[in-house]
Amino acid sequence: MVAQKLDRIEKQILLRAPRSRVWRALTQAEEFGSWFGVKLEGAFAAQTSVTGRITTPGYEHVKFELVVQQLEPESYFSYRWHPYAIDPSADYSKEPTTLVEFRLEEVPGGTRLSLSESGFEHIPLARRAEAFRMNDGGWSQQVQNIERHVTA
Amino acid sequence: MSRRSAALRLDQAAPIFAALGDETRLALVNRLGTSGPLSITRLTEGANVTRQAVTKHLEVLAGAGLVRDEWRGRERLWVFEGARLAEARRCLEVISSQWDEALGRLKDLVER
Repeated sequence: MVAQKLDRIEKQILLRAPRSRVWRALTQAEEFGSWFGVKLEGAFAAQTSVTGRITTPGYEHVKFELVVQQLEPESYFSYRWHPYAIDPSADYSKEPTTLVEFRLEEVPGGTRLSLSESGFEHIPLARRAEAFRMNDGGWSQQVQNIERHVTA
Repeated sequence: MSRRSAALRLDQAAPIFAALGDETRLALVNRLGTSGPLSITRLTEGANVTRQAVTKHLEVLAGAGLVRDEWRGRERLWVFEGARLAEARRCLEVISSQWDEALGRLKDLVER
């Protein structure tokens, strides 16, 4: 196969934790922010916009926003956003968004989490990905910061 | 390479995601990638659509820079352009690896 569809990203991960615990980490704004790397204000509710700030030093000026789509307790959570909209001088508001979906399933030993992000065919995603990559490996720095926070 | 020129170049990768979001076009790219260059006649043989439809799909792919046509004598052949595809795939890989890292942090959090 030379090519495959490049319109979505799909991931699956087994989490050794009960579904209720995973649900909380995904849908409580503060918990979501702690693994995602953003300081969030407000609670997650369907069709509600949640805003916050990136917490990585050097990126604090970057506004973060997601719009919650659907919440089906302990089974399905989705939101729309402008992925990696990190250039503060750019106006992303007119661009289409991608749809991020989380599906939770109880399996022996824990919870299977399936993630899908779709809609890449509609947005100038490439420019953003490149901007991120060119920012001195800003993301891996961010990872280290979060690890410090989580294990503190 | 300056950041600006890189941004302009990669901005053109957006139509690639759209061009490949169709089974017929995906199949055309795969055929050209493995057994190209091919004529429109050969490409139509393997597709469940008309020659006119194949031509339209090839034009969309050409617009995204994924294929180009060239004349060999009196025959018009379609050629796969691998560089553009690699570029688009790399962009998606950046996003993909960021999800891997975020999900790793989620795992650490819920398994503590």
